Amino acid sequence: MASETMTRSGGHDALRSFLKRTAQFLLVLATTLLGLIAVTFFIGRVVPIDPVIAIVGDRAPAHVYERAREELGLDLPLIQQFGIYVKKAVTGDFGNSVLTTNPVMTDIANVFPATLELATLGTIIGTLLGIPLGVLAAVKRGSLIDQLVRLLGLVGYSVPIFWLGLMSLLLFYAKLGWVGGPGRIDVTYSYLYTPVTGIVLLDTAMQGQWDAFWDAVSHIALPACLLGYFSLAYISRMTRSFMLNELAQEYVIAARVKGLSEMRVIWRHALRNAAVPLVTVIALSYANLLEGSVLTETVFAWPGLGQYITNSLQNADMNAVLGGTLVIGAVFVLLNLVSDLLYRLLDPRTR
Amino acid sequence: MKRLPKFLLSAAMVATMATSFSAVKAATPPDTLVQAWQIDDIITLDPAEIFEFTASEIAGNTYERLINYDPKDVSKIYGEVAESWTVSPDGKTITFKIREGKKFASGNPLTAEDVAFSLQRAVILDKSPAFILGQFGLTKDNVKDKIKQTGPYEVTMELDKAYAPSFVLYALTSTVASVVDKKLVMQNEKDGDLGYNWLKTHYAGSGPFSIRDWKANEVVVLERNPNYDKKTPLARVIYRHIKETATQRLLLEKGDVDIARNLNPEELAAVSKDPNIEVDSGAKGTLYYLGLNQKNPNLAKPEVRKALKYLVDYAAIADTIMKNKAEVHQAFLPEGFLGAVNENPYKLDVAKAKELLAQAGLKDGFTVTMDTRSTADITAMAQAIQQTFAQAGIKLEIIPGDGKQTLTKYRARQHDIYIGQWGADYQDPNTNADTFAANDNNADNASAKPLAWRNAWDPGPLTAKTRAAVMEKDPEKRAQMYKELQQAVLDDGPYVIFLQQIENMAMRKNVDGVVIGPSFDTNSVAQAKKN
Repeated sequence: MASETMTRSGGHDALRSFLKRTAQFLLVLATTLLGLIAVTFFIGRVVPIDPVIAIVGDRAPAHVYERAREELGLDLPLIQQFGIYVKKAVTGDFGNSVLTTNPVMTDIANVFPATLELATLGTIIGTLLGIPLGVLAAVKRGSLIDQLVRLLGLVGYSVPIFWLGLMSLLLFYAKLGWVGGPGRIDVTYSYLYTPVTGIVLLDTAMQGQWDAFWDAVSHIALPACLLGYFSLAYISRMTRSFMLNELAQEYVIAARVKGLSEMRVIWRHALRNAAVPLVTVIALSYANLLEGSVLTETVFAWPGLGQYITNSLQNADMNAVLGGTLVIGAVFVLLNLVSDLLYRLLDPRTR
Repeated sequence: MKRLPKFLLSAAMVATMATSFSAVKAATPPDTLVQAWQIDDIITLDPAEIFEFTASEIAGNTYERLINYDPKDVSKIYGEVAESWTVSPDGKTITFKIREGKKFASGNPLTAEDVAFSLQRAVILDKSPAFILGQFGLTKDNVKDKIKQTGPYEVTMELDKAYAPSFVLYALTSTVASVVDKKLVMQNEKDGDLGYNWLKTHYAGSGPFSIRDWKANEVVVLERNPNYDKKTPLARVIYRHIKETATQRLLLEKGDVDIARNLNPEELAAVSKDPNIEVDSGAKGTLYYLGLNQKNPNLAKPEVRKALKYLVDYAAIADTIMKNKAEVHQAFLPEGFLGAVNENPYKLDVAKAKELLAQAGLKDGFTVTMDTRSTADITAMAQAIQQTFAQAGIKLEIIPGDGKQTLTKYRARQHDIYIGQWGADYQDPNTNADTFAANDNNADNASAKPLAWRNAWDPGPLTAKTRAAVMEKDPEKRAQMYKELQQAVLDDGPYVIFLQQIENMAMRKNVDGVVIGPSFDTNSVAQAKKN
């Protein structure tokens, strides 16, 4: 967005273009979120699930049921319900989850760090391994290494994650005992530290609880590697195809003719140009993991955003679903912004 | 170029190192019992509101009730907080003498004031389970006059009718009648809510354990209550929310949990071969049944209702799909209840069913739908039933749906057939008679919506008989009345009841003393220990 804004030198223009871009960004953010709320809200209300049952249970007497229904405001017309929701949401009140009775944002503040921790590690692993592998495959196109990388990518694409998750648990946790089991931390350690950020690795490290820290590392290692593998599959495949594209360009031939070392040609010239679209790929894959990998979270008993939203959806806990959707929407918009900024850094033409 | 593989190699090494430390301990601490259980249905910890299986069990281990019963023999009722009780000659007033010297976990003494407050509070808050007390004529407005503290250790309860004492006492064994710490609860009252918003996530009881922590969808931690009469062998009990059953199995086999609660039949069979694991089980008051909507003209024919009862392969379902998880049971009172009929008259008999269908003028069968919750168990049973129905020419279309979705449709009487579960609300036979065999108003806008209503069935004289049974003082005569009611529903009712649930706990061999009671609030870890 706003990439066509040309900047000449001069503080005035720079400021104006900055303001313009900020305004544009806020506008995009607002419309995206409003659109998301509207779609989710109306889908949520036409789903044939009665949210009152989630609150009072199947066996509640009629008057208890009616009272709960009124408390939820479900007796009002749909448009009016939507109006009330948006009005409150603008003031930062996203309502309470009917299942946990907490304010939705409190719930999300509890579950999101778990997802953030896992997704970030997964993306780091996927990027650090995926890019070199992709580059290698492109450079040695058609070789055994290329075939192996492509196979790795194919497996990552086609094998169901819950199966791979269970099998890796069986092998690395149950049989070999290399890593900790499902959950974020062992119960013995779970009361040794006070949650501050909600990110266990950070909390334990900051409070100097190193035993707890290493236990948390042993728990996150497997799911993070698994998610890392899946993002690796995607990133290496895309890196390979971007690199193939760049390596066929004339500037690469020119560089080689000039006698630059192969390393320099590949890593400084070709990869630098492939990096621009790669940023989008990595951001997308990160956003996907942040959305919460429901299946991974289920298999590894990871109390994250994916499980929270799925569980809420199944109980027609619409406030929770809407809140979760908004957070995901905001994450997407934010990552878009970040990759936009990175574009500017990497590609002088977009400045 | 040479440096590239080296870089990859070192990256791979770092990754391996990060994953391969064996800091993982093999067992849970000896004074801590860790259970893996699906606990995402907990919505509250307030006994006045708890109505879910998981939370009931937690309340059962952390609160005490006025009355309780022996989990091994339900007919043996004893006083828990009450020392004794007397019923007035007219049968409408019960006086409870409260045990002296009891203390809550907070240190506050437990007196008649707390008992009266707890029962009044449950009625006034009027949450889902409040009807268990409300059915004795107690309402928000009159409860303070009807339930009264009449001495420091004496409470009287006045009923609107002379109900069978067993009915009242069994109702008082349920979670909603738990005694809460009045002083502590009222310290946390806000805007006249009787501490409701606080107790939802906190604890104010006197049971063997106290609730230390609850993180929704994650964990519940119980800790020994030092003020309880009989010290618990365990210092801590932890329930971990593990949604995936295969994960529960791995944790159990590895020894990272002591008990796995939700294993499926194959997993149970597999772990029972492990020398370190044993499987314990007990019958629960939950039935699996088909509800036949009488608004469907075919299902409304008595011959068809009967024919369908002959078209379920009871034994095969119990022995395969639900092996170790359920046993065949066909009457509406589960085994373990007063007056339960435990003979199962129906078995798969296609010839007989065809004969009945021919009598109904449907010898070529008919097509009908069944709303089916998309869980592994229910779907597999639905498919088994689909096959046997087909043998008599009945084409059963399975409509899969999420649990809440199928339930919503069922509650609106929009189904043909509904396959589902029904759990008893309290340990008295009236709980199921009231829903299976009574329907005061079959109109669409009725206020009470028992199962009979959901299936649009008017049970005729059975309704009056159900009402009469709660007044019968002679326990034997009362049991006989329930037997007759069950017989009538077995014959002609719009339900094909086919299984009674068995609850399993797969546990490490060193765990001892866990009690699996007939209801969830009688699953007890109070005397559990680890050897």
